[in-house]
Amino acid sequence: MLKDITLGQYYPVKSFVHDLDPRIKIVLTIAFIVAVFLGGSLLGAIPITLFILLAARAANLPVKLLLKGIKPLRLILVFTFLLNLFFTAGDTVLLAVWKVRVTLEGLQTACRFSLRLVFLVTGASILTLTTQPVVLTDGMERLMRPLARIGFPAHELAMMMSIALRFIPTLLEEADKIMKAQMARGADFESGNLLQRAKAMVPLLVPLFVSAFRRAGDLAMAMEARCYHGGQGRTRLRVLKITRKDYIACAAVAALIAVTAVIG
Amino acid sequence: MEDFILEAKNVSYAYEEGEGMALRDVSLAFRRGELTAVLGHNGSGKSTLAKLLNGLYVPTAGTVAVCGMDTALDEHTWEIRQAAGMVFQNPDNQLVASIVRDDVAFGLENIGVPSDEMPGRVEAALRDVGMLDFIDRAPHTLSGGQKQRIAIAGILAMRPKALILDEATAMLDPKGRQEVFSVVERLNREQGITVVWITHFMEEAARCRRVVVMDQGRCVMDGTPGEVFTQSEKLRAMRLDVPPMVALGDLLRARGLKISREAMDVETMAGEVLQCR
Amino acid sequence: MPIKIEHMYHTYQAGSPFQADALEDIDFTIEDGDLLALIGHTGSGKSTLAQHLNGLLTPTAGRVLVDGQDINAKGANRRALRQRVGLLFQYAEYQLFEETVYKDIAFGPRNQGLTGDALDARVRSAFDKVHLPPDALEKSPFELSGGQMRRVALAGVVAMEPEVLVLDEPIAGLDPKGRDELTGIIHELHRGGVTIVLISHNMDDVARIATRVAVLDKGRLAMLGTPREIFSRGDELEAMGLDVPQTVQLCRRLRDGGMDLPDCLTNEELCAAICAAKGGAVHA
Repeated sequence: MLKDITLGQYYPVKSFVHDLDPRIKIVLTIAFIVAVFLGGSLLGAIPITLFILLAARAANLPVKLLLKGIKPLRLILVFTFLLNLFFTAGDTVLLAVWKVRVTLEGLQTACRFSLRLVFLVTGASILTLTTQPVVLTDGMERLMRPLARIGFPAHELAMMMSIALRFIPTLLEEADKIMKAQMARGADFESGNLLQRAKAMVPLLVPLFVSAFRRAGDLAMAMEARCYHGGQGRTRLRVLKITRKDYIACAAVAALIAVTAVIG
Repeated sequence: MEDFILEAKNVSYAYEEGEGMALRDVSLAFRRGELTAVLGHNGSGKSTLAKLLNGLYVPTAGTVAVCGMDTALDEHTWEIRQAAGMVFQNPDNQLVASIVRDDVAFGLENIGVPSDEMPGRVEAALRDVGMLDFIDRAPHTLSGGQKQRIAIAGILAMRPKALILDEATAMLDPKGRQEVFSVVERLNREQGITVVWITHFMEEAARCRRVVVMDQGRCVMDGTPGEVFTQSEKLRAMRLDVPPMVALGDLLRARGLKISREAMDVETMAGEVLQCR
Repeated sequence: MPIKIEHMYHTYQAGSPFQADALEDIDFTIEDGDLLALIGHTGSGKSTLAQHLNGLLTPTAGRVLVDGQDINAKGANRRALRQRVGLLFQYAEYQLFEETVYKDIAFGPRNQGLTGDALDARVRSAFDKVHLPPDALEKSPFELSGGQMRRVALAGVVAMEPEVLVLDEPIAGLDPKGRDELTGIIHELHRGGVTIVLISHNMDDVARIATRVAVLDKGRLAMLGTPREIFSRGDELEAMGLDVPQTVQLCRRLRDGGMDLPDCLTNEELCAAICAAKGGAVHA
């Protein structure tokens, strides 16, 4: 039923990339995305591909794992490819069948957009595969801290994210149990038309929400009892330090941006 | 003056104005190093009492003091909650972080302990509850008893004077109950932490040095387990369990055997029965 | 309607995010009129076994026969089967969802296709069996106390009039009064002719009300017998990390101390036995 959902895809090995400061990793991921958009031509795809392979190597990640991350996207990929292939205006006609024309420009755009999508997903998954979710939220909180001065709830947002991470497995397990309990009472989640199926979800969703609210109330009480009073005056267990490795990583990404900017 | 860590004087509490009192005129004090069980039904006011003892609730009438600090005064709130730590019933609903290490540090982060001091305190607390090996695990992969021990470690890291456990074993299996009670008993013995152990289980209460029984918002019995459990009629009238050996003692005495009222566990009872003629 | 479990195995896929317990070569029959207590350590496979009894889980190997019919055979109607074998999950109060207690109890029988007077009769009869205050019927289940909610959930399963009722730790988390009341209800249901499978950690209850006990250890059926037979093997139970009722412990201790006593399960029995052993020298 719900057992196929895997969460927290952190890949626990030791590596150069695992050791990087999460703030740097987040910033560099954004910089990488910039590079992907700068590298507009097909030629630009070469340095980016090389960079990804290099990063995967430095992160001690099997390439297979990265490819697996793209798999859920295959429908969107095919769709993007076909859309660009058929609907890009161009002069060099490669193939024409009835009213459908495939142009060289179309083929190029289709390849460019599909590759871009693949690059974005692999880049982001290198970040999540090498960074524990807790550390990631920590890094985000600290990056957003300057924004807190203008009233942006940086700490609250990060706290909410880490609580969500903590409770997703618990709630999934609970959903599975409630589903079974209602099936034992003759509920049918599997047949009927869309409306009937939506209606059949009520006995699952109501208890799940009631339970989530109850848990939230309990948790708030427990957090208060443990002296939680917002982000003010809070110290942190994890100290983030920028090391030589971070400078090396920055240099690598800077080089990538330079190359893609030049090649275009 | 005696050394009271937690002290409630003539405390009454109503959840909402005009509603019935959840607690009526309760006066109770817990000495330094005491291990006290609080018994009573759901709705007897024992959970309300727990939340009053660390300032989560403020009394409607009367006063509660933690280490001499009045819980009604805002300026002491965080000191009070640090001094009187609390463990709740549902092991799933009180752990905040998705890694044990971060969860135990949560309280320390809140009270502003310097970062370099934290790892040592986190590890020491986990060692004290026998969970150091689980420091990098995710809470949802642990058993109920293990989760409760993590929750205790999270409190312990803050170096509290008192530990209030609100039915912390109610949702555990017998093994988990045993684990958690043993840890708390040892902390009480070795570190002198004052413990208020709220429970439904008479066998746990029988292992404490003092037993308080609550009923309908009042404190109705207070004494050693011997003093409380020997009043088995009164306990039965409140529909509380009587420990099995106490119940057997009642039966044997009714048949004329000379069994002392202090025989509350298997060991003592066996000795008494074998000696009795 | 006996449930016959034939050489049943259940293995979980590796890497499943839900820790659950595997079963190995389970082979026994739940007879009509049993109040079978299923005991074992957490992780011994009790809940997994329970979920096989009404087809929520499918065995990896082996068969489960309800009334002689293989419930996992092609063409078997599992939904019809679930009506004959009711299952109450742990902390069942969390499955309530309707606006009123009445509607929630009606959910099961309505799924069975009942309507009108027949449905109404089912709901009211189930409601009566769980001894709730009469005005609770039209209340929202969320206004009730935890113990009362649990009984509403039980009524929701009872309303389907199952011939076998499987209860997964029905008294977990309740206070002594709640435990007492629910144990009483289970006892009454059993006397009313329902076969009951009771998963429990409370050995005193097991000793008091079970007709038979099945002990699971690491996914295997380690013992099967009457409570008297099972608890007389206290050493083995303790080796599996299971409690033995204090009364039984005392009985053993007294025998080790030289007293001649039969196996006793309850305080009343033990008291009588002690008095008899003391040579009738004592009179009330």
